[in-house]
Amino acid sequence: MSEILAVEARGLTKTFSKGDVKALDGFDLDVPVGQVVGLLGPNGAGKTTAVRILSTILAADGGTARIMGFDVAKQAGDVRKTIGLAGQFATVDEYLTGFENLDMVGHLCHLPSTSIRPRATELLEQFGLADAADRPVSTYSGGMRRRLDLAAALVARPPVLFLDEPTTGLDPQSRLGLWDVIEALVAGGTTVLLTTQYLEEADRLANRVVVINAGKVIANGTPADLKADLGATVLEVTVGDHDQALRSAELLKDLSSKVVHVDGDSVEITVEEGPSVAAEAIRRLDALSIPILGLSLHEPSLDDVFLALTGQKTEVDTEALTESTKRRGRKAKETS
Amino acid sequence: MSDIALSERTSSNHTVRYALQDIGTVTKRNLIRTRRIPEALFFSSLQPIMFVLLFRYVFGGAIPVQGTTYVNYLMPGIFVQTMCFGAISTSIGLAEDLQTGLLERFRALPMSRSAVLGGRTSADVVRNIFVILLMTLVGVLVGFRPAGTIATYIAACLVMLLFSYALMWGFALIGLSAPNAEVAQLMSFPILFPLTFASTAFVPVQSMPGWLQVFAKNQPVSVTVDAVRSLMVGGTYHDPSSIWKAIVWSVGIFLVLAPLAIRKYRKV
Repeated sequence: MSEILAVEARGLTKTFSKGDVKALDGFDLDVPVGQVVGLLGPNGAGKTTAVRILSTILAADGGTARIMGFDVAKQAGDVRKTIGLAGQFATVDEYLTGFENLDMVGHLCHLPSTSIRPRATELLEQFGLADAADRPVSTYSGGMRRRLDLAAALVARPPVLFLDEPTTGLDPQSRLGLWDVIEALVAGGTTVLLTTQYLEEADRLANRVVVINAGKVIANGTPADLKADLGATVLEVTVGDHDQALRSAELLKDLSSKVVHVDGDSVEITVEEGPSVAAEAIRRLDALSIPILGLSLHEPSLDDVFLALTGQKTEVDTEALTESTKRRGRKAKETS
Repeated sequence: MSDIALSERTSSNHTVRYALQDIGTVTKRNLIRTRRIPEALFFSSLQPIMFVLLFRYVFGGAIPVQGTTYVNYLMPGIFVQTMCFGAISTSIGLAEDLQTGLLERFRALPMSRSAVLGGRTSADVVRNIFVILLMTLVGVLVGFRPAGTIATYIAACLVMLLFSYALMWGFALIGLSAPNAEVAQLMSFPILFPLTFASTAFVPVQSMPGWLQVFAKNQPVSVTVDAVRSLMVGGTYHDPSSIWKAIVWSVGIFLVLAPLAIRKYRKV
């Protein structure tokens, strides 16, 4: 307890009256100073609710949360001076230029007025927006908008940064660009809490991953820990059709250390001794004349971890993703 | 003891200074937006001009008024109506900020809690001043000849601006309650229509049925129109008590609606 945590949440609960949904149901979180923690979960798991409570936008029904020791409910003003918030639901002003947006945030953070212009210019350069500085944001592409959004969160150099799905809805190239920017920030010592639906994103950026489902933390560890828990190797066998895949799953069940998953015409099992199990699998399927169209052994991805923990594939999120893209898109009139 | 009192005073001085500074920042942002969307300003100015032309040249001939020309009778009504309809932009602006997520960002910033509503309403007052100047020009072009002095004219403008400012807080409440900007606009009309038309703004109330006259004579839009007419037209319409009544109405509306709007803002 002697060491101050950058983010400390204990037993947070939040129920939304609309639909009586328990968004958070006893949510705990520790983020040590200087670390990057990825909050991972499908849409509706409670990630955004957690971030909104931690950033003082929303009041929790129960539980406590502290940011750098400041209580989010009782010392909201101090918390707001400590944090930066960027992501899908915090946004920049369409009709202002990039510079005007940062200038406005600088004033609202009560920075000395002489230091605001240099800081805004510096951030615009750092994020590759110098040429677009004096153009209204409505002319920006999706990737530029997100970079400006992140820059706005950084104007006052907050020690703790909340990134709520920073790359949702971005094309792969813009996503890579934003990851580079975030990695540079982390190298500079900023504590980051990152929510994401993308396992790849958490894997690349986070020191530690907290998996959340239905408002509760269901796993917590380094990406490597989570993968190790699951087993050494994933064996994937592709057969002729779904029925054959189901039969194969039955046949191979006892070879698996943990999870057996059938997806279309392929079977995924988690195994300890990859090569020998693969040979055994081939023998068993061959004996019943089930055609093997493909076979592979790979390290478990966070996708596999997620599947093992929740029984849900993360692809369910594509629906939510298109919805949020639509919401943005209507406002955005993307110049693409 | 005195140290504590001193530090408390210093911090409350800071709070007030920051609040004013933040209101200024948000006002500036809202005015930049208005400038960036000139179409919105153009068409929202066109609407009251259409009303002037409609009442001056289409309906005006059929509406008998005492003691002055119809256009002189009309213009104070048009001014106040324009102020009322202008308050819709308060609700639309806030509904948009809520919808786009900008309010989320503001709420996570260490800015003053009153700055968003203060900045919105201040920007709308600036806009209304521009509209008053424009409508004065249009009025004069169609034959409006205000009586009195520059000072009484300015006093009339201040009475209207005060009323519009009070009204904006009600529309702020609508903007924060509406699911989106379109609905915010739709929610505004059923409130504005009876207030502006069942009033002394366009026709003398004597032509209305008795029960309606009671409402039409005493409701805040009428009282404000009467006050403006007293200052701009005078003569038969000279009625200093209406000025006080208008101020009392405005202050009353503000005192009731502003806290409600602020409470709503804290909760959204």
